[in-house]
Amino acid sequence: MKKKGVDFLLLLGSGLLVYCLIASLAWVGVIDEYYMQLLSVAGVYIIVALSLNLITGFTGQLALGHAGFMSIGAYTAAIFVMRASLPLLPSVLLGGLVSAVFGFAIGFPTLRLRGDYLAITTLGFGEIIRVVLNNLEGLTGGSAGLQGIPSFSDTGNYTLDAIIKFSWIFAFFVATVATISNLIRSSPGRVIVSVREDEIASTSMGNDVTRYKMIAFTVSAFFAGIGGGLFSALIGYLNPSDFNFLYSVNFVVIAVLGGLGSLTGTVLGGLVFTFAQEWLRVLGDFRLVVFGLLLILLMIFWQSGIMGNKELSITGLVRRIFRKGGRAQ
Amino acid sequence: MVFLQQLVNGISLGSVYSLIAIGYTMVYGIVKLINFAHGDILMIGAFCGYYAFLWAQGSASPVLAVAFAFLLAMAISALVGVIIEKTCYKPLRNAPRINALITAIGVSIVLENGARVIPFMGPNPRQVSIPEAFKGVFALGGLTISKVQVLTLATSLVLMVVLTAFVQLTRTGKAMRAVSHDMDAAQLMGISVNRIVSITFAIGAALGGAAGVLYAMNFPMINPYMGIMPGLKAFIAAVFGGIGSIPGAMIGGLVMGVAETLTKGFISSKLADAVAFGILIVILLVRPSGLLGKSAREKV
Amino acid sequence: MSIPILQAKEISVVFGGLRAVSDFNLTLMEGELVGLIGPNGAGKTTVFNLLTGVTPLSSGEIAIRSSKDGKAHSTKGMKAHQIARLGLGRTFQNIRLFKSLTVLDNLRISMDHLRRTTIADAILRTRRFSAEEEAFTARSVELLKIFELDDKKDLLARNLPYGEQRKLEIARALATDPKLLLLDEPAAGMNPQETKDLMRLIAFVRERFQLTILLIEHDMSLVMNLCERIAVLDYGQEIAMGTPAEISRNPAVIKAYLGEEEI
Repeated sequence: MKKKGVDFLLLLGSGLLVYCLIASLAWVGVIDEYYMQLLSVAGVYIIVALSLNLITGFTGQLALGHAGFMSIGAYTAAIFVMRASLPLLPSVLLGGLVSAVFGFAIGFPTLRLRGDYLAITTLGFGEIIRVVLNNLEGLTGGSAGLQGIPSFSDTGNYTLDAIIKFSWIFAFFVATVATISNLIRSSPGRVIVSVREDEIASTSMGNDVTRYKMIAFTVSAFFAGIGGGLFSALIGYLNPSDFNFLYSVNFVVIAVLGGLGSLTGTVLGGLVFTFAQEWLRVLGDFRLVVFGLLLILLMIFWQSGIMGNKELSITGLVRRIFRKGGRAQ
Repeated sequence: MVFLQQLVNGISLGSVYSLIAIGYTMVYGIVKLINFAHGDILMIGAFCGYYAFLWAQGSASPVLAVAFAFLLAMAISALVGVIIEKTCYKPLRNAPRINALITAIGVSIVLENGARVIPFMGPNPRQVSIPEAFKGVFALGGLTISKVQVLTLATSLVLMVVLTAFVQLTRTGKAMRAVSHDMDAAQLMGISVNRIVSITFAIGAALGGAAGVLYAMNFPMINPYMGIMPGLKAFIAAVFGGIGSIPGAMIGGLVMGVAETLTKGFISSKLADAVAFGILIVILLVRPSGLLGKSAREKV
Repeated sequence: MSIPILQAKEISVVFGGLRAVSDFNLTLMEGELVGLIGPNGAGKTTVFNLLTGVTPLSSGEIAIRSSKDGKAHSTKGMKAHQIARLGLGRTFQNIRLFKSLTVLDNLRISMDHLRRTTIADAILRTRRFSAEEEAFTARSVELLKIFELDDKKDLLARNLPYGEQRKLEIARALATDPKLLLLDEPAAGMNPQETKDLMRLIAFVRERFQLTILLIEHDMSLVMNLCERIAVLDYGQEIAMGTPAEISRNPAVIKAYLGEEEI
């Protein structure tokens, strides 16, 4: 009990430390607005990739249509903010909820499919969502896109705006990590992981495998939708064609790069991915060629990603340092 | 009459999808990989056709020009297919499936964007100059069938007959079926699995390349990204027919083609792609093993 | 007490035209230890899969007495997990542990159907949640002690030696709190000493948890010594049923095992 309390404080403390460090570095100008925006984008990508890792890394069900859920969240949030003048926070949450409803509706018939078949079905749903968004012109602006979505903050002070945007994203990022990690490290979470390990064995132990797949898929769609809602406010412009199949693949790449089944891996993977994409821009037209080649090389030579399925543990790290200190005395 | 006309158009388009779908289904049947780069082979085939027609313009006979286009497209596509298999997929044969899948997507990204930066392909759409002799239409009662459509149907038919004969009647074909049934057992029986996998990729890619030439003749604007949508649709066709089954891919392609033209003709051209995916989802839910596929039972 | 805990009536299954199990009958009385034997490919594991609902029946009926309400339930239309919750635990011939999870987690996963807290409790880490987690853990450790695996509870299942993996599978099945246990070749691949120990262990848990056990086994001497009744299966059909002494004398069984004598 006591140990758990200490762990919690350590995590909270290190989260606050990271946040304060980034925010103050931004305030004094060491991190400029461009990099703050990049960090915020990375935060959104990480949230969506975490949601994907829940279904693909932990539940073992390959999903290739998360851009679809993200776009549902993004459009829902934007429409509530713009048409219903709802504040941002409830709009973003509504985006997550609507996406979760779609996740439930889509997961219900499809989750009995396995492996590649599920992958291709989710891909199909992702594409259908995109085509439908393109055709609902009255609501979404169709292929012209949806412009002028209000931002998190518009004070006129660019530095302050960038910090406030980042704060929103960071808060949601922390909430996402906490929720998914608490879910995974619980009895229902263990059953979810057992589905990945051996579905038949898990059923034979009395677990309703379909139900747990549904839970994982719905929670996953919820956070993908949250990511989308944040994305709409962060970027201020939505276009259905941005949420295409390759966009979905980005999140799979982040999750695999970080290590399927590792939350801290996904965080690292998201940072590496976002910054690498940005830095590769110097290559101009060759950017995507190099990106594709890197992807192939990574998959061949680094199959388990940065973290494998292990976690980077802050509390474990701190404890190890203390233990070493203790021994030295 | 309009319906019949659309049906004819659909069958012609569908036969192209069939050719592409065969490549997907053969590769999946053997290495269990959704080869996302297969659609881009179609693009490579289309560019080969473009240059073949350009070189042959005016000088040779139109029939020779078309034959040259097919040979060039099929040879280069087969070569590219085998190179991809040897360099990118072979190292991953025992890796987690998701790694192989992402690699295939990576290959696809490289091919598309590589084509954008290669000077003689480039990012801008190009107009294919079809030999004069193949322009124009035949009128049959109220129906019109273009010469390109006739060529498309005839070529697809010939290629499919040759392929079926190859797979059913030759030793290599038999070995391919054996490997697709059980790779390990086939290896123990002395079949060189590596050789068979390469041959499969070569044949699949060659058919994809031929499909590229046909696709370019039907829709004469070509660009580096042109393979994505037909590739996805052909994949759906392969799933529809039962992935791993060659006759299934042929039927699936025709169904996809007809469904697409009918949707475009009678419902909405904007929704045609959504309908394609809708079909996919319905099939998978109703009959996950596809029309002619065998359902696999997990051994407990 | 002779109340039937499981009754299978004329169960059959057809795989693509092949009758893998044909009109098989079996009644298990509470507390019995029954062996299911037969040559390779006779359909023993298929019978297990039918009883547990992993493979749907083509025809016939199975009734299992629930450990919860003590009534017999037909398993018709039930999914495998619902059948398991009637109090039916099983192991697998080709060990199917959750390999990259810890020994402890392998057991705790079997207890989720007893969970009373919600997912919201888990996410918010409520006191109720912590109490339940601790209870699950304590029960798991208790079970692991029986199998002498408690000091390995934090190892990954895949890192256990083969014999211990087999034991862990039994422990995992027991963690579901079953009254009826189906063991599919629990001693496969073990040496004679390990087999002996395992049999003592099975006898012990049978006593301790008042189990009814149905056991598939290849080791004939073992089955003959341990089981009270034996059912013999050949080509998907029951060819004999009786006490070990009766079975060892039965000409049909001898024929199935040794083949027809050449004249």
